[in-house]
Amino acid sequence: MNQYPLWKYLLILIVLLTGLIFTLPNFFGESPAVQVSPLRSTLKADNELLDQVGTVLKTAGLAPEISTLDGNSVKARFADTDSQLKAKDLLNSKFGEDYVVALNLLPRSPQWLTELHALPMYLGLDLRGGVHFMLQVDMKAALNKTLEAATSDFRSALREQKIAYSGVSRDGNILTVKFRDAESRSNGEEEIKQRFPDYTLQNQDESNAFGLRATLKPEAERRIQDSAVQQNLLTLRNRVNELGVAEPVIQQQGMDRVVVQLPGVQDTARAKDILGRTATLEVRMVDEEHQITPGGAAPYGTDMFRDIDGNMLLVKKQVIFTGESINDAQPGFDQYTSEATVNLNLDGVGARKFKEATRVNVGKRMAIILFEKGKGEIVTAPVIREEIGGGRVQISGQMTAAEAQNTSLLLRAGALAAPMEIIEERTIGPSLGSENIARGFDSTKIGFIMIAAFMTVYYMMFGLISILALGANLLLLVALLSMMQATLTLPGMAGIALTLGMAIDANVLINERIREELRNGVTPQAAIHAGYDRAFGTILDSNITTLIAGIALFMFGSGAIKGFAVVLCLGILTSMFSAMLVSRAIVNLIYGRKVRLAKVAIG
Amino acid sequence: MELFKFKHDIPFMSYGRYTTTISLVTFLFAIFFLATKGLNFGVDFTGGTVIEVHYAQSADLANIRKHLADSGQPDALVQNFGSSHDVLIQVPIKQNVAGAKLSEQVMDILRKRDADVEMRRVEFVGPQVGKDLVENGALALLLVSLGIVCYLWLRFEWKFGLSAIIANLHDVVIILGFFAFFQWDFSLSVLAAVLAVLGYSVNESVVVFDRIRENFHTMRKTSVSVIIDNAITRTMSRTIITHGSTQMMVLAMLLFGGETLHYFAMALTIGILFSIYSSVLVASPLLLLFGVSRDDFIKPEKTETEEALP
Repeated sequence: MNQYPLWKYLLILIVLLTGLIFTLPNFFGESPAVQVSPLRSTLKADNELLDQVGTVLKTAGLAPEISTLDGNSVKARFADTDSQLKAKDLLNSKFGEDYVVALNLLPRSPQWLTELHALPMYLGLDLRGGVHFMLQVDMKAALNKTLEAATSDFRSALREQKIAYSGVSRDGNILTVKFRDAESRSNGEEEIKQRFPDYTLQNQDESNAFGLRATLKPEAERRIQDSAVQQNLLTLRNRVNELGVAEPVIQQQGMDRVVVQLPGVQDTARAKDILGRTATLEVRMVDEEHQITPGGAAPYGTDMFRDIDGNMLLVKKQVIFTGESINDAQPGFDQYTSEATVNLNLDGVGARKFKEATRVNVGKRMAIILFEKGKGEIVTAPVIREEIGGGRVQISGQMTAAEAQNTSLLLRAGALAAPMEIIEERTIGPSLGSENIARGFDSTKIGFIMIAAFMTVYYMMFGLISILALGANLLLLVALLSMMQATLTLPGMAGIALTLGMAIDANVLINERIREELRNGVTPQAAIHAGYDRAFGTILDSNITTLIAGIALFMFGSGAIKGFAVVLCLGILTSMFSAMLVSRAIVNLIYGRKVRLAKVAIG
Repeated sequence: MELFKFKHDIPFMSYGRYTTTISLVTFLFAIFFLATKGLNFGVDFTGGTVIEVHYAQSADLANIRKHLADSGQPDALVQNFGSSHDVLIQVPIKQNVAGAKLSEQVMDILRKRDADVEMRRVEFVGPQVGKDLVENGALALLLVSLGIVCYLWLRFEWKFGLSAIIANLHDVVIILGFFAFFQWDFSLSVLAAVLAVLGYSVNESVVVFDRIRENFHTMRKTSVSVIIDNAITRTMSRTIITHGSTQMMVLAMLLFGGETLHYFAMALTIGILFSIYSSVLVASPLLLLFGVSRDDFIKPEKTETEEALP
């Protein structure tokens, strides 16, 4: 009566084998590696780069164990930290201008496992050491900036259309335009409605003025806030590249927060400096009086920069305005020629300076220079066709839509859309990280051994079976975590230990039931059957209540607590499988076949 | 081996008066300490900066304190952490000082005194974050309680759900009472442990309740309190073994898990011990008090259609 059909045994075997394969990579440990990834979005890590890296390393006699193309980076693994450091210095001198060369760790697991996408668990910062920042984006400032820009935009729009107005003022989130008569107000309203669809307009009559109130539509407000966060994310990503971190995590959390995780970084002061830095974009005139002498220094009063295609250009030292004056940069298309364009929106100061510069320099080129790592690069150098006022600038010329997209990204990325403040920092030193791993591992191991010893003494054969099931539970849990590439933290390790301690409950319930049935005089086979059958409902009930707690923790927990919750929930699922199916399968294999079973070893 | 063999049912329900008194007294004590001493909220909740540093030699706390005070950090709290070589420095949130810069300043001061000091851990939590955590923690506690009551209501009856959650919230209050009395650091991971205990100790009540329901079906002519006594006695062995096993794991964590997991494991230990007590001696008397009866499960006209229960 205690027999499983063959397919059930096979299913359990397949699940356990899969579990074993995905758990395996965790045992091979990690080797030092060097990672080369492009600094700019215009560059790609490809097979060519892989070959170049290989040749450079080979000529220096630093043969890596393995070098691969992984995502958008080239990784080379070394046998020891010594050659890793040498390789990093070497690669940095060869590729450092265009690529980030960072130290990293690569799993040492064999190729066939990696090809199966069986990767080791991803260790959290509290286990590998590093910095975690949470930054809050100042949304009010982002809105302020937009509204401030809108006041000057309104003015220039009305001026362009020659609509008489007596003033544009801003009070909090409300912009008020005052007109002298009703006719110019209705003209103005028409014009503003057409050009600024983000605003809701409302007439407001005062004693001696015709007012027009403009407020930002809620959806536009949301869009502005969203794009502010997006731009800040992009800027942070560019800046983190400077730090040479192998696997930085930069992601949005909630409406207005950004999480930055830098594994392995210890110099938090520098990290904070770089994250908090302001504008790195400058607009200057191209110097066309001098000739570039190949290999020579830039003439007096000029700087020499490379543009994206690698050509050198001389640029005057005098700065017209900086990136801080750029409110927005968006890719677009020219109305008439349908060429790809980049549309800039400048603030009041920038617009005025830009107007002056364009008036006296028609026909000349101006350069927009982005400074990264203290070195400038010309993003674009368009020719000025006419005097441009109003702060709305359209850059066009021989661009593809993708290039326009990239350029506007770069222009926006120079500055933060809104100021950010660090509201949480967690730094873990590397020694504490490895200590935490050892502690988490030790306590799980010791706890497991204690439970195993006790269960075997107390329930004999059935205790041993329970422990095998518990082992299967651990295997499956680690496999699931590795498969999902979930981040393992110290609370997560505590979660593994706790789930193991709790999972044994199911087997205790079953074993106690079997004993009880035996005591009531039922035959061993029937007792086993009844024990598993009757305990099922109880096990289900008690696990579901823990699952409720786990889900609530996952929903409301943050950071490390989320890790604990994930492990708790997954652990409940794997423990149901292993306590019910795996232990039953073993019992069936041992006792199920014997027709006249007189006695079972259950203590 | 069998440790728990009971020939007769233990008349737990007749002890009801004593056990209720004991729980009530512990509960009131816990409330008292929570009210008078309050929880010693960690930096996760209050905001502030915590820096853990390691010295090659035993650290001279008085000297570090004086040095910090002289260098403009008079309200820094300096204490040993785990060993005499490890020092924990806590600095509360200050007005007008960017919190994230504070840790750098403190480390600079410490390095000036002893260049070999090793930074182990820095945690800075701004006031906004702490507030969110308190709100989310309370919300999680509420959601877990409601979820459990609803589930037990569906699976059993409202009387079961209510008595289980009262018994387990009683555990939660007692854990918090311990933390208040000893002024242990109440951090985010302790909150996680408390919530885990809530989910876990309901297990216990569920197992006993399952038996009670089963007994209502099998022991037709016995009184309710005898039915409950029998259910508790027969699940006694399992209760002790299970909790013992979980406790072994938690004990390993408490002893070998290091400082970071210390209070987490401590909260779990108290929770596990009290959940044994409360699910047996608080939940069941409450059930009796709410007047659970056979009619809650067996509707006379529908006897045949009742499912066979585990």
